[in-house]
Amino acid sequence: MTAMTSLERVLTTLGHQEPDRVPLFLLVTMHGARELGLSLRDYFAHAEYVAEGQLRMAHKYQNDCLYALFYAALEVEAWGGEVILSDDGPANAGEPMIRKPEDMRTLKAPVVETSPVLGRVLDAIRQMRARSEDAMPIIGVVIAPFSLPVMQLGFEQYLTWMYERPDLVKQLLQINAEFAVAWANAQLDAGATAICYFDPVASTTVVSREQYLDFDHRLSKDVIARIKGPVATHVASGRCMPLLDDFAQTGALAVAVSIEEDLALMKQKVAGRVSLLGNLNGIEMRRWTEAEAEAAVKAALAAAGRGGGFILADNHGEIPFQVPETTLMAISEAVQRWGQYPLDWVSNER
Amino acid sequence: MTAERDIDAQRNVFLEALLAIDRLEVRRLLEELVSEISPVIMVEQLIVPALEVIGERWEQGDVSLAQVYMSGRICEEIVDTLLPAANVQQQRQPVIAIAVLEDYHMLGKRMVYATLRSGGFVVSDYGRIDTDNLVARVVRERVAILLISVLMLPSALQVKAVRQRLDAAGWRPKIIVGGAPFRFDRQLWQEVGADAVGYTASDSVGLVTSLLEASA
Repeated sequence: MTAMTSLERVLTTLGHQEPDRVPLFLLVTMHGARELGLSLRDYFAHAEYVAEGQLRMAHKYQNDCLYALFYAALEVEAWGGEVILSDDGPANAGEPMIRKPEDMRTLKAPVVETSPVLGRVLDAIRQMRARSEDAMPIIGVVIAPFSLPVMQLGFEQYLTWMYERPDLVKQLLQINAEFAVAWANAQLDAGATAICYFDPVASTTVVSREQYLDFDHRLSKDVIARIKGPVATHVASGRCMPLLDDFAQTGALAVAVSIEEDLALMKQKVAGRVSLLGNLNGIEMRRWTEAEAEAAVKAALAAAGRGGGFILADNHGEIPFQVPETTLMAISEAVQRWGQYPLDWVSNER
Repeated sequence: MTAERDIDAQRNVFLEALLAIDRLEVRRLLEELVSEISPVIMVEQLIVPALEVIGERWEQGDVSLAQVYMSGRICEEIVDTLLPAANVQQQRQPVIAIAVLEDYHMLGKRMVYATLRSGGFVVSDYGRIDTDNLVARVVRERVAILLISVLMLPSALQVKAVRQRLDAAGWRPKIIVGGAPFRFDRQLWQEVGADAVGYTASDSVGLVTSLLEASA
């Protein structure tokens, strides 16, 4: 088969057909800084550095996407919340911005067009788009309205409010939903190809399916319908097997799979309907040998690669800074070697 | 009816009330039992086993973190108010401390703290703390068991520095670690020099108990 562009490869697999090989989304957010010899603080302070870092990572590892995630706490920064930068990992949200119910009265979502920090991400996307033409998918990122309150309220207060002040939670989710739509569409307008919709709180690891249905399902369905591009739902290492049909109903084209779940069974459940993304263990990856990296890639491809509808990625949506470049290269080489369709070797090894 | 039969009869009802986050029902059940059963037995045979079952079911994917967190908080409140006498049993325990190391995610520590309090342990809560201050405080307060909770991988790796600094200071508490990085890499706790790892909040009672017994 003639080699496809990354965009053709990804679109083919999302259409549940087999492309030339399994697409690789190596979701590195921080390694570009090391490549450029910059601290993470300097790297994320300049859109051009992030764009350059992503382009270099894509070239180096034959990645099939450019990833516009700076760090998850960036959205809270846009809301005026405290963000603590780090030298060896992603920035963290600091003290919650909503500490008591009365704080809700004055809460206002940031205006995407005038927010400097969101503007920096949009600049990075524009630069990536200008320098990569249309052959490379650019993945924009929004935190789902149901998951953003972890950083707005703090996790403890959020879980408590779900039981004791569901009225306030629902009020907050509505405010967040409007922001999520505006933020996602601004990224698409800037040149992003698709949106990764991070909704870890939806995971059955965090809340029950009943709570998901009560607080999140209809809201996410409405938000995703208003996002003017394809959306993948990502639960950042959490479990979501019982929610697959629910996620499909929201309009998500793809769902990320946790290492804690059976990738082959997930594929069986959604084949032809929803594509899967996953599910390499990003934490263990830090100490993998090259042989272990290859074995992990092969296991994922064997579980979910056949028939398309599968993108190889880590299971968290952000590969830790501590993962060595030799391991990233081993993953890349393994998908080049073993990910070529048709995956006949899968039958031979069974 | 014997006390054991009372507890046996109530165990599932208690568990279901906790999973439903039904504070009133939990309190009613315990108020019924408290006149006939000693607080220590109530803690050891009803509350801690229920939290352990909830922890196991979370690990298996059958209950949510929200249920683990809220049930732990309910039990903590009850032990603090309804059953204060249970705590007297632990007054002579060695110093136990819990901290969130170089990390900004407090939920895990809160859950473990609530579970240990529900188990009747007295725990010094150091809150969020950096390596220098943690080492200094552990040495100064002669902590025997140090529980460290993290969410981020860099924080998990930092436990190694805590162990090395404590060794250099000539103080070797038992270190129990917990948090997502340790769940996703089951060798990491040994790599950073911990003595034990907890995969759910409810593991903490058993781990602390066995470490205390081993060092007695």
